[in-house]
Amino acid sequence: MARALINVPPKAKKGEIITIKTLISHEMETGYRHDNVGKPIPRNIITQFVCTYNGLEVFRADLYPAIAANPFITFNTVATATGTFEFKWTGDNGFAQTETANITVE
Amino acid sequence: MDDTATRRAFLIGATSLAGGLITVLPVSDARATPETMQAAIKKVIASAPLRKGKVTLHLPPLVENGNSVAMDVAVESPMTADNHVRAIHVFNEKNPQPNVVSIRLGPPAGQAKIATRVRLADSQRIMAIAEMSDGTFWSDEVDVIVTIAACLEDPV
Repeated sequence: MARALINVPPKAKKGEIITIKTLISHEMETGYRHDNVGKPIPRNIITQFVCTYNGLEVFRADLYPAIAANPFITFNTVATATGTFEFKWTGDNGFAQTETANITVE
Repeated sequence: MDDTATRRAFLIGATSLAGGLITVLPVSDARATPETMQAAIKKVIASAPLRKGKVTLHLPPLVENGNSVAMDVAVESPMTADNHVRAIHVFNEKNPQPNVVSIRLGPPAGQAKIATRVRLADSQRIMAIAEMSDGTFWSDEVDVIVTIAACLEDPV
């Protein structure tokens, strides 16, 4: 289980644009490097990140090896209703992780 | 032909041979090129025209370490149901692969603005393309100088 940091404002006004920041610990091995005996190191990256808000998809990113280790992604969304954000990262070698965060909308 | 002449001729021959050897050694890195970047862009925009504007791509102009470079992209758009940004794609010229990131978003975003950290293998041009809901494509590009490259170096 990789360590993930998620920053969602706990409270927001209805209709307010909020910024969500996410970071997950992952080496994002590019597949273009070699180890100390010259053997290529196989690719191991997170390929997709999806964020849903009360079940509705609000953001999706396809990641490539050009994304730095420990992928950090920030994006915006409109606070519409009190509820839950679900963040899902999927990647090579069956990597899958889901995190949630709650928001109260007044 | 006296001795010195022979020696000189030999040396000239040897240097040109060495020079020849150096030039025939190809740099066979599997790298993206401006052409592969264009091909990757074509895959996204097909035959649609690519216009400049609306997109603001921000990267530091001088990067000390290409392993982690802060990048943000903002697109001017009201983000309403009938006028919003559908996708943002970022491409590069000289990393092993031309794609950097592809993002899908829509009216729930409120504001088309994203940030992430990227790897850059060399000093190069980065391009961000926004796909609008009306099917038009807008772009912005930035030249970046990288002093320590990422991606291809081996772990220590």
